[in-house]
Amino acid sequence: MKEYRTITKIAGPLVFVEKTEPIAYGELVNIVLSDGSTKRGQVLDTSDELVVVQIFETTTGIGRDSGVRFTGETIKMPVGREMLGRILSGSGKPIDGGPEIVPEKRLDITGAAINPYARGMPADFIQTGISTIDGTNTLVRGQKLPIFSGAGLPHNKVALQIARQAKVPGSTESFAVVFAAMGITKEEANYFMQDFERTGALERAVVFLNLADDPAVERIITPRLALTTAEYLAFELGMHVLVILTDMTNYCEALRQIGAAREEVPGRRGYPGYMYTDLACIYERAGMIKGQKGSVTQIPILTMPGDDITHPIPDLTGYITEGQIVVNRDLHRKGIYPPINVLPSLSRLMNLGIGKGHTREDHKKVSDQMYAGYAEGNDLRGLVAIVGKDALSERDRLLLEFADIFENRFVRQGYDEDRTIEDTLNLGWDLLSTLPVEQLTRIDRELINKYHPKFRTGAKKE
Amino acid sequence: MEVKDKKAKEQKQGVLKRIAGPVVTAVNLDAHMYDVVKVGKEALMGEVIKIQGDSVIIQVYEDTSGIRPGEPVENTGLSLAVELGPGLLTNIYDGIQRPLAVLVDKMGNFIQRGVSAPGLSHEKKWTFKPLVKSGDKVEPGAILGEVQETNIVHKVMLPPNVKAGIVKTIRNGNFTVDETICILDDGREYPMIQRWPVRVPRPVREKKNPTIPLITGQRILDGLFPIAKGGTAAIPGPFGSGKTVTQQQLAKWSDAEIVVYIGCGERGNEMTEVLTEFPHLEDPKSGKPLMERTVLIANTSNMPVAAREASVYTGITIAEYFRDMGYDVSLMADSTSRWAEAMREISSRLEEMPGEEGYPAYLAARLSEFYERAGLVETLNGASGSVSVIGAVSPPGGDFSEPVTQNTLRIVKVFWALDAKLSQRRHFPAINWLNSYSLYLEALNDYYDKEVSPEWNKLRSWAMEILQKEAELQEIVQLVGSDALPESEQVTIEVARMIREIFLQQNAYDAVDTFCDMTKQYDMMKAIKLFAELAYAAQIAGVSPAQINGVKAKNELPQIKFIKDYKPELAKIEKQMDTEFNTMRSAA
Ligand SMILES: Nc1ncnc2c1ncn2[C@@H]1O[C@H](COP(=O)(O)OP(=O)(O)OP(=O)(O)O)[C@@H](O)[C@H]1O
Ligand SMILES: [Mg+2]
Repeated sequence: MKEYRTITKIAGPLVFVEKTEPIAYGELVNIVLSDGSTKRGQVLDTSDELVVVQIFETTTGIGRDSGVRFTGETIKMPVGREMLGRILSGSGKPIDGGPEIVPEKRLDITGAAINPYARGMPADFIQTGISTIDGTNTLVRGQKLPIFSGAGLPHNKVALQIARQAKVPGSTESFAVVFAAMGITKEEANYFMQDFERTGALERAVVFLNLADDPAVERIITPRLALTTAEYLAFELGMHVLVILTDMTNYCEALRQIGAAREEVPGRRGYPGYMYTDLACIYERAGMIKGQKGSVTQIPILTMPGDDITHPIPDLTGYITEGQIVVNRDLHRKGIYPPINVLPSLSRLMNLGIGKGHTREDHKKVSDQMYAGYAEGNDLRGLVAIVGKDALSERDRLLLEFADIFENRFVRQGYDEDRTIEDTLNLGWDLLSTLPVEQLTRIDRELINKYHPKFRTGAKKE
Repeated sequence: MEVKDKKAKEQKQGVLKRIAGPVVTAVNLDAHMYDVVKVGKEALMGEVIKIQGDSVIIQVYEDTSGIRPGEPVENTGLSLAVELGPGLLTNIYDGIQRPLAVLVDKMGNFIQRGVSAPGLSHEKKWTFKPLVKSGDKVEPGAILGEVQETNIVHKVMLPPNVKAGIVKTIRNGNFTVDETICILDDGREYPMIQRWPVRVPRPVREKKNPTIPLITGQRILDGLFPIAKGGTAAIPGPFGSGKTVTQQQLAKWSDAEIVVYIGCGERGNEMTEVLTEFPHLEDPKSGKPLMERTVLIANTSNMPVAAREASVYTGITIAEYFRDMGYDVSLMADSTSRWAEAMREISSRLEEMPGEEGYPAYLAARLSEFYERAGLVETLNGASGSVSVIGAVSPPGGDFSEPVTQNTLRIVKVFWALDAKLSQRRHFPAINWLNSYSLYLEALNDYYDKEVSPEWNKLRSWAMEILQKEAELQEIVQLVGSDALPESEQVTIEVARMIREIFLQQNAYDAVDTFCDMTKQYDMMKAIKLFAELAYAAQIAGVSPAQINGVKAKNELPQIKFIKDYKPELAKIEKQMDTEFNTMRSAA
């Protein structure tokens, strides 16, 4: 392979190379340093005169004397069944002291878009054992449902509880977890790893670790490696794969850094204008394929800078994903775990995975009614602060109390408490029964007669 | 002859000079703006978007990874066009009209590149029935005959951009779209297929002012903020506020004859949902599967951005084509913001001077050109057809002051403002009744008078007044609590709640409530008004607001939404309401 020594400029993660033969767009590049070590990169811009290479590691040690080798192919990742149980770096190299991965296949990490015509409709209810998810923001197989959190909030704990408890009731199909860390601290990573080891989850997990002190630009490929692995396990080996990506905020920072180095016109708050498309190329790699067994379910985690949900990172994410679970600081301060605020949370695929034949016929309406009650009760809190409880009508007083018991009984649960969907729905009815029946306008009479504690003759799963 | 051909070919063949993502530069290429070119050895489809000296800048509709400088570029000399003819309905296309089902056959479950697939099947035979006879004079756009495509009759037309002529031969029988079905006496031959460049509006005889509402079966839309057939509407809102659900509701239940649904830079699963659901849903009017009147365009967020940019034009051209047959077409574009972003991305790669928020300076012009292709028209063949356009807008951070929302609002006549506060409390459709508007109200008054009830317009104004009043009262309530309001205003608050919870809230996922015809809308609103009248009268007679709020019949009213044959139940409730109020009044 030809080695060029025609680097003319190095700026941030970008290396500019001149006078090459025709180089392909997207081609994988190896930069050979004077000590013989190599660094990997990818062609971002190619022309007769100049080739721009984005390096995935630090540019430390790269100089005008470094050699540049163009490999002639796009970045591929070796994948195989043996990856389960392994810990890899953010660029896919084993870091657990184990042997190299023997590849069964080498796959392009960009991943092609699933043809919408070939997609299968997600419909299998995943029980996470967490009421605020199962009851009111249901996760289904093949969904991409991020956790929006803030610095210092227990989003990792929530993600782990989901990873540990997630099951499709009645299903015995094989499943796996792909975990990709981007720029998280060693301590946070240990927290995950210890839990994986404690619960034995590691055996069926593939872990990619790009930690806070690893090169930022490497974060650009880490989620792509993770998703390539997930797609392989899902669509070639037929497994149901849960992918956890944390923290997408660090990924976006890396993206911004590269944009700045390329002197691109920045979009909102300095993030590149193409960030929507870029994130979509990650998040859309979730789903099912018609007539095939496996699935890729994604739970990306991101910390909202300044807890601001309108910040471009959560904003663009929310526009792509199929809902969001919002972790909330006020609830956390009140000592409620998991501090999930259901009001801004949403699962768009919920309706496909609940109801008769999936969970229970009353699921949707119980959920709607609880939302309405909690939203109204929550609003009244502001009013009470001004006019006092006594100025409230009877109706409003009950709603105010409803908001409190909703937080304390429905939202609050133990880190190891694994509630079945029946438990969750029955709990919902118990709470709703504190309101006058006439106020349950979102639920039809028939269901009230069947499930309301006052009338029910023994609600059971059909 | 041969030499000349070769020379012509040489001239059309250029060389790639630079590749940077979806935008590539070629040299030595003889090209005009918007020519379609084939890029690289794999002949990826692209379009000329800028010419600068010897350089021709091309947006490529497929992934450009692996393409090198020096590879050939060939100019087809044609503009980006769609194939129009029988076979469009029930199809799902990408942004450049490649049928996704054919792509699955050709390249599997994932979208690969370098595969071309024509928009229409060129093998399938359709039964063509002529509607003209030899000797007839035919003008451009004239209907030559028809094909029963699905339950929809496909009118086969003379293309709009040809000269008039006299029919010499018109055939009858089974033909592919390429076979000649009509020969004019000057020898010109026409097959069923026509090609039309997507960036050029199809001509019409005259544009008219819309006077008939597009009935959507959605109470807040039909009732408060209607769109006319041939009208334009924008539905902006933050993520998760209900743009897609509303658009899908319109695609399902609106009384258009043809629906073109464009998933522009949005989710794959949403298109799959339409694909799986529509074949099983029935058009409430014809009872036929909804899929039979639908054309889908799906260029999802992770598919190439240049094709996303084109998808909107592909969609509207198909819509215009069916309009030309005399149909009422409605087109949903979800989301126009992703289209605008595709323009922005391409523009920034061209290193054009950015306008507001990085969008190109021509953003406003492109948006208005697009919406201007909507309208109620007299077609070239004298029929009346319409294209209604409903565009979703996804403003960053849900902030409506951004350029796409603002430029759209300057053009469209209906504004359905989605509100995160409402969606968070699961008030759906989360359309804010105070900010939204329809500029068609007056134009549609006559229709409502005649087709619904002479009282309808008054009833609507009354409901709007109550809602306005409530907003004012709520400000006071926030300061002093509702008990401090005068009793009559406490009644108003209760009536407003009923309008919101009973009339405005509508569950898209309930089998019955998902569609509500105008009669039911009218009956529901009238029942609320009846309650209001009885309540105000009772309050004057000394009945307390607490008693009024306790009226049992009122609590039964929401159930009406979920009952298909609601009339007997509604009559019962209204009667009970009357009795209860009478009892209260005589006790007071
Ligand atoms: N009319 C409705 N009835 C019931 N639920 C609704 C209705 N409209 C919206 N929803 C609920 O809101 C969710 C989000 O709606 P939708 O997907 O249409 O949002 P969107 O505005 O298109 O968001 P995005 O911009 O991210 O695509 C739906 O999944 C559904 O749960
Ligand atoms: Mg949407």
